[in-house]
Amino acid sequence: MKIGLQDIYLNRNMTIKKEELETMIIQAFPEAKVEIIDLAGDDNHYSLIITSNRFSGISRIDQHKMVYEALDGKMGNELHALTIKTLVN
Amino acid sequence: MMDKNIKEEIVEKVSQDDLHLFMKGTPLFPECGFSNTVVQILTYLEAPFSSTNVLENEDIREGIKEYSNWPTIPQLYFKGEFIGGCDIIKEMFESGELKEELKDVII
Repeated sequence: MKIGLQDIYLNRNMTIKKEELETMIIQAFPEAKVEIIDLAGDDNHYSLIITSNRFSGISRIDQHKMVYEALDGKMGNELHALTIKTLVN
Repeated sequence: MMDKNIKEEIVEKVSQDDLHLFMKGTPLFPECGFSNTVVQILTYLEAPFSSTNVLENEDIREGIKEYSNWPTIPQLYFKGEFIGGCDIIKEMFESGELKEELKDVII
């Protein structure tokens, strides 16, 4: 993907809004308790705490992979820094 | 698809030492806070590890994500197996699980 100066100026393609992140997570985990904190106020560093009974009996690595899957390839791209904590209720 | 040679190179790296960390920067000069966190934890536990600076090799940087099906760096491998990125390693460290898991290799 080519990013022009204009995009950088407008912060296009570089970040993700908290609401957008929240929607993606809730769509994939409608049953979960979701808490998202914008750590730096820059739409780019978030902390996500997600509590779901679907994590029960699944390794931590696979739990996090389920979250990454919900983000549909955005992790490591538009979304630079997301701290994930998965919990089972 | 990942190049065959890159995959071989990754397999070699993760099987060479008990602990291998794919990170941004080096243990002495980490270039990312998440990589730094894992380095600090391993250093604190006195667990010897080797590392690869993915910033010096774009093929490895992309290849390792495909290898583990994990989208972020750092990635820590123990006895050839991916055991976690920064969040998981931190959680395991805080719960004492990491020290238990690594007890054979801790000096």
